[in-house]
Amino acid sequence: MSSGWQLFLDSFWPIVWGGVSGTIPLALASFAIGLVLALGVALARLSKNRVLSGAARFYVSVIRGTPLLVQLFVIFYGLPTIGLVIDPWPSAIIAFSLNVGGYAAEVIRAAILSVPKGQWEAGYTIGMSSSTTLRRIILPQAARVSVPPLSNTFISLVKDTSLASLILVTELFRVSQQIAAFSREFMLLYLEAALVYWLFCLVLSSGQNALERRLDRYVAH
Amino acid sequence: MSHTDPLAPQAAPDDSVLLTARGIRKSFGDNEVLKGFDFEVRRGEVVVLIGPSGSGKTTVLRSLNGLETPDGGILSFAGGPELDFSKPVTKTARFAMRNRSAMVFQQHNLFPHMTVIENVIEGPVRVQRVPKARAIAAAEALLDRVGLSEKRDAYPFELSGGQQQRVGIVRALALKPDLLLFDEPTSALDPELVGEVLQVIKELADEGWTMVVVTHELSFARQAADEVLFMDGGVVVERGAPGTIFTNPTEERTRRFLDRILRPLD
Repeated sequence: MSSGWQLFLDSFWPIVWGGVSGTIPLALASFAIGLVLALGVALARLSKNRVLSGAARFYVSVIRGTPLLVQLFVIFYGLPTIGLVIDPWPSAIIAFSLNVGGYAAEVIRAAILSVPKGQWEAGYTIGMSSSTTLRRIILPQAARVSVPPLSNTFISLVKDTSLASLILVTELFRVSQQIAAFSREFMLLYLEAALVYWLFCLVLSSGQNALERRLDRYVAH
Repeated sequence: MSHTDPLAPQAAPDDSVLLTARGIRKSFGDNEVLKGFDFEVRRGEVVVLIGPSGSGKTTVLRSLNGLETPDGGILSFAGGPELDFSKPVTKTARFAMRNRSAMVFQQHNLFPHMTVIENVIEGPVRVQRVPKARAIAAAEALLDRVGLSEKRDAYPFELSGGQQQRVGIVRALALKPDLLLFDEPTSALDPELVGEVLQVIKELADEGWTMVVVTHELSFARQAADEVLFMDGGVVVERGAPGTIFTNPTEERTRRFLDRILRPLD
């Protein structure tokens, strides 16, 4: 057996483990926090309150208008200069959550707007307040619409977490980098990292399909 | 009055005044759609609003249900406060007024992510805090009464337009309102499905429900209405018993409107 193949096999499980223990938890935590943030930002943008919607618009604009890597560096390398030192993991989670918050907010806002106005009125006419109508009537329907775009956001996030390797978080890509630096087999290790990311994303896509089917059960086909 | 029939209204139709509207005005931008609307609805009475589109009929219904806030005028339900819309009206007051009536929409507006039974019990359980088992029993009785028992667990998309609209009616009934509001309940239906919906509304009228109906179905108005209001340009042009309005209208505008509907090709 060639030594290249042997190196591939030897490094496969460490790289996968880097994904399972680093990439995936980082992505899941950031996505969960980011979604909560995004819902708040989406509602703020839809609010009649000018200050609130202006602040939300500003936030989305900054997040979408600046590179994720720069956001990450501002938090991890920038904040310590003003006395705020945050460890690699929390820094990464903060940066990625803020990022998801900005992108997903637009998705959620569009999904809420896609629910017909009559659904709000039907909620009101049976005596619901706007917040109950939002929770019981509008969001469940908006959720169905937003699953495909939010899945995209999540899959992008899984790949973007590789940036966390630059602030010393041990995840999939950093593990590959370390083995590559040690073995000098850059081509092999980086292609292997790409392969493992791709396998992860395949699994996530099938999860997305299952979720879409479940949410589509009340729609005519 | 027997209350064993699930379709029967809560309060007996004793002919007392349930609702008074005086001088209701509403503009959308520069467009004044209601220019002082007055009427009175007695318990058990069926009032039908007819008129060309844009005449303000739907805005009247929506104002009664608090979906629009009038710019001026007075609304009051029996036993409730008088809401004067020339002054700011509190949210609490608007919600209290809304709960006196229930609306059936032209496009039914059923909740697509809920089954038929879930649609019907949503208001009673979530808003009125009726125990779930009791709400389900009441909903099943109502569905049975309009011939939809076997659709209990279907999603709205699995129903025909007429069935959807009958569920819409049951959803309104389940709230046990004092007043039912119908906003062109058959306008979006295929012609062969209109009858089954009008039949249910007619039965409710016969049971003694108080209702305000906006419709273009003049034969329904003729059979079910106690009073017909012809609206045009944001005002009531003419009002009276259906027999009088349809056979012997006083106003030229009413006559022309009826001609257009009854003899569209002449």
